[in-house]
Amino acid sequence: MPLVELRDIHKVYHLGGEEIRALDGVSLDINEGDFCSIIGPSGSGKSTLMHILGCLDSPTSGTLKLDGMEIQNATPRQLATIRNQKIGFVFQFFNLLPKLNVLQNVELPMVYSGLGGRERRERAMEALRHVELENRSKHRPSQLSGGQQQRVAIARALVNNPRIIFADEPTGNLDSHTGELILDMFRGFHREGRTIILVTHDPEIAALTSHKIEIRDGKIAANLDRTLAGLDRPIPAAV
Amino acid sequence: MKLFNAIMIGLKDIWAHKYRSLLTMLGIVLGVASLVAMAAIVKGMENGMKESLVAMGGVDKVRIEDEDVPLHQQHLEDQAPGKTMADVLALQQNATLVRLISPEMGLRNDVVRRGGKTAYPSETVGVTRAVLEMNLYEVQHGRFFSDYDQEHASSVCVIGTGIRDELFGAPEEVGEEIIPIGEIIHLNGQPFTIVGMFKHYESEMTRKLRELAQQNKDKQEPGIQRRTGWRSQRWDAFWRKNNVVYIPIRTMWVKFRSGAGREVEMDDGSIVAMPDPRLDDIDIKVRDFDKIQEAIAQVKNILMITHNGIEDFEIDTQEDRIEDINKNIRNARMSGGIIAALSLLVGGIGIMNIMLASINERIREIGTCKALGATGTDIFAQILVESVTLALLGALAGILAAFGLVQIIEAASPTQNSPVITTTPMIIAVAFSCGVGILAGFFPAIKAARFDPIQALRYE
Ligand SMILES: Nc1ncnc2c1ncn2[C@@H]1O[C@H](COP(=O)(O)OP(=O)(O)O)[C@@H](O)[C@H]1O
Ligand SMILES: [Mg+2]
Repeated sequence: MPLVELRDIHKVYHLGGEEIRALDGVSLDINEGDFCSIIGPSGSGKSTLMHILGCLDSPTSGTLKLDGMEIQNATPRQLATIRNQKIGFVFQFFNLLPKLNVLQNVELPMVYSGLGGRERRERAMEALRHVELENRSKHRPSQLSGGQQQRVAIARALVNNPRIIFADEPTGNLDSHTGELILDMFRGFHREGRTIILVTHDPEIAALTSHKIEIRDGKIAANLDRTLAGLDRPIPAAV
Repeated sequence: MKLFNAIMIGLKDIWAHKYRSLLTMLGIVLGVASLVAMAAIVKGMENGMKESLVAMGGVDKVRIEDEDVPLHQQHLEDQAPGKTMADVLALQQNATLVRLISPEMGLRNDVVRRGGKTAYPSETVGVTRAVLEMNLYEVQHGRFFSDYDQEHASSVCVIGTGIRDELFGAPEEVGEEIIPIGEIIHLNGQPFTIVGMFKHYESEMTRKLRELAQQNKDKQEPGIQRRTGWRSQRWDAFWRKNNVVYIPIRTMWVKFRSGAGREVEMDDGSIVAMPDPRLDDIDIKVRDFDKIQEAIAQVKNILMITHNGIEDFEIDTQEDRIEDINKNIRNARMSGGIIAALSLLVGGIGIMNIMLASINERIREIGTCKALGATGTDIFAQILVESVTLALLGALAGILAAFGLVQIIEAASPTQNSPVITTTPMIIAVAFSCGVGILAGFFPAIKAARFDPIQALRYE
């Protein structure tokens, strides 16, 4: 059974009298352990798709099944729990809370799951070790470089040990070298067996992933799953 | 745990906008400060008024006072007898609800002299032993009049410390307490022997100031320091209490009043005065304070008989005075409360304004928190806690400001009754601020909780 099942998703915005079909009949499956990329030009509906997959947004029509659960029937509180427990987000603009230090930022998802202070701190430090930033735990986000901030965001996404990690153009705001380091990290998580969904408009990045979904004008233009097609090959360590 | 985190995040946000937060809190600070300081001033006032009430003889003292005859009896006015010993006798024999009767016969234009010094007493009255309990006096030095003094109309007097201060020197000026028992003073030209002196009476406040002055005395140069700070103000209840001259009522009658009435010119040209038997005051204390109304009715009935049905008197209770005091206190509380309420209202609006600005600034942060699993309730609680924290910080600052304010007031007018800061208004102020914080934060918190996470994340 796939981890994510998306069936005939439509998302329609009304802007003035105009109807914008951000997503227009999208159906797709994502399996556990997939390293999946969603690629397409700007405005094609990638972010919208990711937000629906990440239970942040609800579709105009269609169904989404995540880890066996029908998302369209869930209450806002259940959705919050799903986002908290099963999903980790990494954003293009890092989205760290500026007034909290690095450690507190990483602790935040565990605050919402109601974990005690000691355990929170230990797990947050563990996650920071994972992204090699344990010595920056007391710094403010503004005192870190872009790459470091994104690593903090990644630690924050990992800390509740989610089933899926969503990353919306995680390298979009970084120079190419730092971007590669971040991508290396995602590859590492993939090798550890995590499910990753990466949104990008860069074909070179998409080429690194095992499952490539191309989206154009809200429709799926190509869906190439190399693991299913038997085309799976070792992913090169660097581009 | 979550609450603690919410408070910490809230405090950080407040700290991040120090000046903005400070200005926002100003309304609350002013409101709380005025509430607490006002209450302290009112409390001081209340204490002062109660002290002087006791100085004047306590709450259970009832006075019978002269009053113009009512309109419908005006044709009988020249037959009105006034208060006399006949009333006292009648009351003593018939007023069963009365425990104590103290007749007072006063001396007009009273002056006491000794050597070159002159004192003007607050009152010079002929009294009986009942006056001690009536006016709550304690003879500290010497003795009160004996029955012998009363019977023989002896020329003896008991004085308050104020008279001693004027004629013999105050302890603060002389450096030692003079006890003038046995000394002779001249009361309107008649020699009187001082046989007793009352205790010194003063308010808490004056006592403190006097002790302070005493301590500082060593450091200061001796000399010109008359009539400064710690002295009771002329005409206040304590000044009056300390500046009495009491003589036996019979002495008053024989020496002064038996020839002080209407003057008559004799055939040989000499002028003789009629006796003036009127009492200046009849004070009574009732047996049972709970039955004061019945006692007053009884007294009135008896006096109507002795006064031939002419109502030339009025019965005045301290209750009226207490009522006055309470009214003053209520008014002061009310105006203080209104000022405080308005300030708190303004403070609340300020907080709401700032919280709305704050959530609009943090719309992306709120979206991020929702993406990380925050529920609407989490966000709601966060904003509410921040608003309440802001209000409570304001309240705290307000309480501190109140302490400062009270210090300033005390320094500015040391002769007033010193304000007393009590905990009740503080608790009320804090509770109100908390309520204001909740009310002010409610709308912004709901707004923030309802932010669509996507809109919040896309918001630039
Ligand atoms: N809130 C909205 N209101 C109207 N149109 C929107 C809204 N959000 C997204 N869109 C439109 O939906 C389309 C897809 O947007 P998006 O998913 O952000 O694209 P991408 O991430 O691929 O750049 C775009 O045309 C965008 O203008
Ligand atoms: Mg996008």
